[in-house]
Amino acid sequence: MSEAILDVENLNKSFGALRVTDDVSLQVMPGELHAIIGPNGAGKTTLLHQVSGLLASDGGTVRFGGEDITGLPMHARVHRGIARTFQITSILPGFTALENVALAVQGRSGSSFRFFGIASREQALNDEAASLLDLVGLAARADLGAGTLSHGEKRALEIAIALATKPRLLLLDEPLAGMGHEESNKVIEILRSLKGRYAIVLIEHDMDAVFALADRVTVLSYGRVIASGDPAVVRSSPEVRAAYLGDEAA
Amino acid sequence: MSLTLVLVQTLNGLQLGVLLFLIAAGLTLVFGVMDFINLAHGVQYMVGAYFAAWFTAMTGSFFVGLALALPSALLLGLLLEILVFRHLYGRDHLAQVLATFGVILFLNEAVRILWGAAPLSVPVPEILSGSIVLMPGLLYPVYRIAIIVAGLLIAVLLYFLVSHTRAGMLVRAGATHPRMVSALGVDIRRLFTLVFGFGAMLAGFAGIMIAPILSVEPGMGDQILILAFVVIVIGGIGSIRGAFVAALLIGLVDTLGRSFSGDLLRLVMSPAEASQTGRAIAPMLIYVLMAAVLFFRPAGLFPAAR
Repeated sequence: MSEAILDVENLNKSFGALRVTDDVSLQVMPGELHAIIGPNGAGKTTLLHQVSGLLASDGGTVRFGGEDITGLPMHARVHRGIARTFQITSILPGFTALENVALAVQGRSGSSFRFFGIASREQALNDEAASLLDLVGLAARADLGAGTLSHGEKRALEIAIALATKPRLLLLDEPLAGMGHEESNKVIEILRSLKGRYAIVLIEHDMDAVFALADRVTVLSYGRVIASGDPAVVRSSPEVRAAYLGDEAA
Repeated sequence: MSLTLVLVQTLNGLQLGVLLFLIAAGLTLVFGVMDFINLAHGVQYMVGAYFAAWFTAMTGSFFVGLALALPSALLLGLLLEILVFRHLYGRDHLAQVLATFGVILFLNEAVRILWGAAPLSVPVPEILSGSIVLMPGLLYPVYRIAIIVAGLLIAVLLYFLVSHTRAGMLVRAGATHPRMVSALGVDIRRLFTLVFGFGAMLAGFAGIMIAPILSVEPGMGDQILILAFVVIVIGGIGSIRGAFVAALLIGLVDTLGRSFSGDLLRLVMSPAEASQTGRAIAPMLIYVLMAAVLFFRPAGLFPAAR
């Protein structure tokens, strides 16, 4: 297990008396799609916040590529190769789709692009942004205001923004939330195309998507890991069915 | 109320307007982008003027003084941000007002200790001294024209920076979506520090430019700070464009109001009453204007996009 790209050990987080993350350990291998499921309030998003650096942990360690990053702020983790999307769609509605991605490319490259250069003329930056938009199927939408995109397109844009930071690990917080069947199929296709090229941690409530995509599934309940492993094994575990899947998996 | 006088006062109003803009631009960015009320912004203007006086006296040249005073104002802004202000971003507005008011008292006293309570004066640079004839019968000091031109140039530069450069895009994005910009790998704190320092430098620049025509004294930033707040409220908090329009509006209304409200009132009342009422009304005009703007557009003239 030593070659895991993400290694979370005995992680804890409490809000007052409520233990939201309770001694959680999990590993993600390079290229692996690791899904985290669990009922609402199980602490999935909190765990993602702790891994991405948005929230500080009370105890335990987060190791990324062998380096202890437990104490690093979010932007520093981004530079090491951890990108994330948010449960609540986070795009810049006043900027075009292309500008959204270009800004992320720039965030990654920092000073290697002229900070005070004229934004619309930086060809290399815009080319890279355009190719990422193409990857998520938004090439035709590049010059539209991001705020005018459909919900599904916004989620796809978020994924392009996350990819622009050149991550080795993608943390996706419910990328299919609030989508119709057709839209969610498009995003599932995007995720399938990314699978294997990036290590991915996926939080998702859509069980069909989770079991279609995941290499490994970890189940959280009240902040604790109650099962982890091969999707088929997890799916048939009686404990998991009692806690979460209920009749859906029967 | 001759035409010449109206023109001269209009130019004076413009000159006050661009100065207000230089101060308000930083204030509105800091308030709008970081939701931080910085009462100490006015002392940046005062300190800019002191730096100008000090460096000019030391080097004998206003322009060398300007070149030294600008980075000094920037450094002071950065220093204050790192030492004091960054610890206040997470606090409520009352804590911010109290702490930054403390900074005003501290810096007003500090300049009194360093340079004395007596006003300093800075000579108008040779090359910009004298007056030019703008039209027959209308003489106007070159230095005041230089202030107007410099202020307008800065406004154009600022507009370009904020709307068309990567840095400006990051600032605009960071203002509305700090968490997301942080997820792009941008150190949002450092970005805020830079914005802060830049705003402080602009206020300092206003102080430097005004030093040759006003007396440089402790507390000179306090009065103008109130005007700057009126400007950003009218313009819409967080909006550079709003700050520009509102600053010129306030500059003109205040200057022209003080000169001509008596004359206008004379049309409807006796001369003695008119001049007395005019004197009473003139200082209130900008606040009446602010109340009217807030009544019709509570978010200001150009509310910043959220």
